[in-house]
Amino acid sequence: MTKPLVAIRSVSKSFGEFQALKNVTLDIRPGEVMCLIGASGSGKTTLLRCINQLAAIDSGGIWLDGELLGVREQGGRLHRLTEREIGRQRLKTGMVFQRFNLFPHKTALENITEGPLQVQGRKPDEVRAEAIELLRRVGLSAKADSYPAQLSGGQQQRVAIARALAMKPMLLLFDEPTSALDPELVGEVLAVMKELARSGMTMMVVTHELGFAREVADRVVYMDQGAIVEQGRASDVLGAPREERTRAFLSAVI
Amino acid sequence: MKSVPALAEGFPDLSGMRIARKPHWFRWISAALIIAVLALIVRAFASGQIEWSYVSRFLTVKVILEGIVNTMVMAVLAMALGIFLGVVVAIMRLSPNPVLKTVAAGYTWFFRGTPLILQLLLWFNLALVFPTIGIPGLWSARAVDVMTPFLAALLGLGINQGAYTSEVMRAGMLSVDIGQYEAAQAIGMGRLRALRRIVLPQAMRVVIPPLGNEFIGMVKATSLASVIQYPELLHNAENIYYANSRVIELLIVAGLWYLLVVSVLTPLQMLLERRFARGTLRLAR
Repeated sequence: MTKPLVAIRSVSKSFGEFQALKNVTLDIRPGEVMCLIGASGSGKTTLLRCINQLAAIDSGGIWLDGELLGVREQGGRLHRLTEREIGRQRLKTGMVFQRFNLFPHKTALENITEGPLQVQGRKPDEVRAEAIELLRRVGLSAKADSYPAQLSGGQQQRVAIARALAMKPMLLLFDEPTSALDPELVGEVLAVMKELARSGMTMMVVTHELGFAREVADRVVYMDQGAIVEQGRASDVLGAPREERTRAFLSAVI
Repeated sequence: MKSVPALAEGFPDLSGMRIARKPHWFRWISAALIIAVLALIVRAFASGQIEWSYVSRFLTVKVILEGIVNTMVMAVLAMALGIFLGVVVAIMRLSPNPVLKTVAAGYTWFFRGTPLILQLLLWFNLALVFPTIGIPGLWSARAVDVMTPFLAALLGLGINQGAYTSEVMRAGMLSVDIGQYEAAQAIGMGRLRALRRIVLPQAMRVVIPPLGNEFIGMVKATSLASVIQYPELLHNAENIYYANSRVIELLIVAGLWYLLVVSVLTPLQMLLERRFARGTLRLAR
């Protein structure tokens, strides 16, 4: 069996009284496309944010590419990493947000080159060439000099995917990437994601697009109230769910 | 499927008819009244005890021109110091570090809480507290020599301005969506780099109108430095009327110059606003 790219072990996370994650354990293998489904408040977004360390976990551990995230074990105790070290760990993951979060004062091209230039300190010529190639890959070659406000929601989200790819991450995290889009714009974003999945990118996708999950996902994970209820092949979980809660959720969604 | 039902009768065709202009009687009457009042005021000043020839003669006299230059130099430098301090203090105020937070809040509390003129007098009279200042063993000087009217005015105005500007800057940074911090973090940026590259440029758009306001206030606040002998516009006008007793004429001269400077600043602010509006819809159109 191959070594997992992400290993999540007994992770819990609370926001005040609310327990968002309860003892979650999960592996993501390299090249795998995993879709996380579940009602809002079920903890799927929180799980993504913990992997990207936008939220810090309360207990348990997450390993990415063999490296423990956020903390260091020393003398039998865990010590939090510095902001700089966490920033370095974040470079291994890319994040695509529900509301795109493009930088509105920068053009599409500048949004993509910002990280490689400012954070990774790479050569401007090389970064620019790669950014242009990424824009071509998401079908937006003509929009390099457009500002986000001049783009449709679907175009913005495709630029956001290109921005995440520009950092050459090992893992891409998608937090409901099509939930803020008008229905007619969902398809173009899903098409880009399908192409990425085919290219072998490891992806974790929080989504309500069950059609996408059925077609693309290697594994579907159903979460409820901060815990994993059921997981397995897309055709099994979506087509023949074993758990009553999964069945109830699926019948409510479809 | 049913066909579309026939249109109902009784609704005549209004296309081609023009909408008549409304007569604005009240506007005409109020405008006439205001013009009459203005004419009275102008006549009163024309026939009052003002020698207008003195106003025109002193308007461009060398001492007054030097005064306006000193006023502008001080306003620009003190505002620059104020903005620098304002940004630093706002970042401290929004930092998770409780020590930095408290220091920033204390600074704002102290310098907003005491009158500007009092702060100017304190800086100017610093020599009474510390006869000599310097770094022990390296360098020292008599405070009276160091704390010139220029330096006292710069520190007094700039540090006071910083307290107000920090609140303007903090409001600007808070106006930027939290998702922008997260997107910056997600591409590996630390807090300070995210502030500098992503948050502050967006905050500037919100912050420029109030900062323009603050700068206009600063141009006029420099006149307070006349009490510590800084040779700005009002101070020089006063010096002239101490000699020739043309008090009102010279105050009018100073007033005209302040008005002129402030009038020039407004279009400059609009240019700046356009610069920082990059990427917003209003510019894109």
